[in-house]
Amino acid sequence: MNNKKNNEVVLSVSDLSIKFELRGRSLKAIRHISLDLYKGESLAIVGESGSGKSVFTKSFMGLLDSNGWIDTGSINYKGTDLAKFKNNKDWLKYRGGEIAMIFQDPMTALNPLKKIGHQVQEAIELHQNIKGDAAKKLTIEILNDVGIPMPEKRYEQYPHEFSGGMRQRVVIATAMACKPNVLICDEPTTALDVTIQAQILDLLKGMQKKYNLTVVFITHDLGVVANVADRIAVMYAGDIVEVGMAEEIFYNPQHPYTWALLSSLPQLGTKGEDLYSIAGTPPSLYKEIVGDAFAPRNPRALKIDYIKTPPYFEISETHKAKTWLLHPDAPQIEVPDVIRRLHEHFGGNR
Amino acid sequence: MKNNNEVLLEVNNLKVEFGGKKNKFVAVKGVSFNVYKGETFGLVGESGSGKTTIGRAIMRINEAAEGEIKFKGKKINGKISKELDREVTEKIQMIFQDPMASLNERAKVDYIVSEGIYNLKKFKDEADRKAKVEKALTDVGLLPEFASRFPHEFSGGQRQRIGIARVLIMEPELVVADEPISALDVSIRAQVLNILSHLQKERGLTYIFVAHDLSVVRFITDRIAVIHKGKIVELAESEKLFENPLHPYTRALISAVPQPDPIAERNKVIEIYDPSCHNYDVDKPEWVKIEEDHYILANKEEIIKYKEILESKV
Repeated sequence: MNNKKNNEVVLSVSDLSIKFELRGRSLKAIRHISLDLYKGESLAIVGESGSGKSVFTKSFMGLLDSNGWIDTGSINYKGTDLAKFKNNKDWLKYRGGEIAMIFQDPMTALNPLKKIGHQVQEAIELHQNIKGDAAKKLTIEILNDVGIPMPEKRYEQYPHEFSGGMRQRVVIATAMACKPNVLICDEPTTALDVTIQAQILDLLKGMQKKYNLTVVFITHDLGVVANVADRIAVMYAGDIVEVGMAEEIFYNPQHPYTWALLSSLPQLGTKGEDLYSIAGTPPSLYKEIVGDAFAPRNPRALKIDYIKTPPYFEISETHKAKTWLLHPDAPQIEVPDVIRRLHEHFGGNR
Repeated sequence: MKNNNEVLLEVNNLKVEFGGKKNKFVAVKGVSFNVYKGETFGLVGESGSGKTTIGRAIMRINEAAEGEIKFKGKKINGKISKELDREVTEKIQMIFQDPMASLNERAKVDYIVSEGIYNLKKFKDEADRKAKVEKALTDVGLLPEFASRFPHEFSGGQRQRIGIARVLIMEPELVVADEPISALDVSIRAQVLNILSHLQKERGLTYIFVAHDLSVVRFITDRIAVIHKGKIVELAESEKLFENPLHPYTRALISAVPQPDPIAERNKVIEIYDPSCHNYDVDKPEWVKIEEDHYILANKEEIIKYKEILESKV
């Protein structure tokens, strides 16, 4: 995990901005993000709804809605700048075969009128150039691989004959059938029960190890993040405000927004007392954001937070955060109680 | 809350069935529990376990096939008098899971919140009704002027608060909250939970909290009943349940909840529940008290085993 240095970069995003045109007004959903993805790592992107985490990753696959476009920056994948792609033909070479995606709701990701086997086989025939019986054999192998019992029988069944967890396994099988390099999982377990969630997360981790996949998880559940992520990027209002190894984000968070996210976890609450909740709402993305986007909701905001956007300050080689609090001249601000408690609760005794 | 042992709701041997005679499905079977006044009682289980069905049976949305449900000592299921029907409609209210689906898109907030008091004519005149709507909205942290708006103008968290406001206006005693926060964003969840607990303190409300997320349930409830396939398998005071989960299904459920702690998560072992671990052919399971405030579904052999586990922990 902790091998940032000797690891090759699979996908490199630099200065990426994405805009949408909505009712004659333009909205800046992603604001100048730069991020490298390393081979074989699992990166979790966390943030509230509307923070841009889905839009950000959809841009790696050319799946932005038709009213959205990449405004600035580049997405480098194997020497090609994906941000320059104009039409679907360009994307077809990369979509699925190089970068694949798993969606939140397995109920809607599968075609209800097609047999499960055919849906997986379709991906194999398209991406691996194997046809007929050989493709069927491989399909059954993959179904077995993702933990579907009696794959020969299941091959002939329709999605409605599968439970939610089993359906999500089929979706994973379809993604794996394309032999991707990078797998993006958009809230893969949100629609599932806890016990099934644990199984699907285990399956994804197993696949990642087996095929040395690079996995990007998009989720708002910090418990899931702790389970799967090597590295975490915290998104707020279209920007990554803090990024670091999982331990660094959970045990030594630096950005006030990360503090706020962690503090609002019910696991850290004390019974009978109020849970911490973040005041206010995220900023409007129609307007140009000045200074630190989180400042208006941050009770500890400094004056400069309203004037100038903070750059990244490095805490360690793998850990950086965009907050003026890390500036050498910044006043010493006390870390919220809850964060210290989290540290004692989980990290302190190790 | 614990020393107050006034029973508000009593569920005895409840059975709920779906489907006709030919393909009958028993969703809930032999469920009994008491809910005390002022407490928060959690019903926890996976999808299909019947937790929502129990909640809906209490609301009288699903009819009970067997057993009885008593509210303040009076039987409320089956045929009841008009006066009692009115009382129950007023005093037992429900908060739904998805605030996007549970509000009438075509009605203004004013109407949505007033619907209950319109039905029961629980207001003197128009001015009184307006005042009641205003009070309900401010009680959940919304502005009174929101009354003239439509649901689509609100965010998920605000919509859920409208859902709570329309419950409050009825001045209920018992609120069945069916997964009230699972459709909400993390940062909003805390707000809604706080509102619920403030209202409970101010008005002595009693909650039945139906949920699948154990981490939330632990924080908000006083007692928890764990449901598996339509049966309660374990019922205990929340902290006791987390400290000493005895039933293998409870243990599996607790072990599956992801904790916000990467190191613990990496080392954790997930327990998987296999119903065939019970040997119930001869030795039938019974609902027994295993310690103070802790009940479990077990047969004689298992009772001995569970008692040993409890003693070894003391």
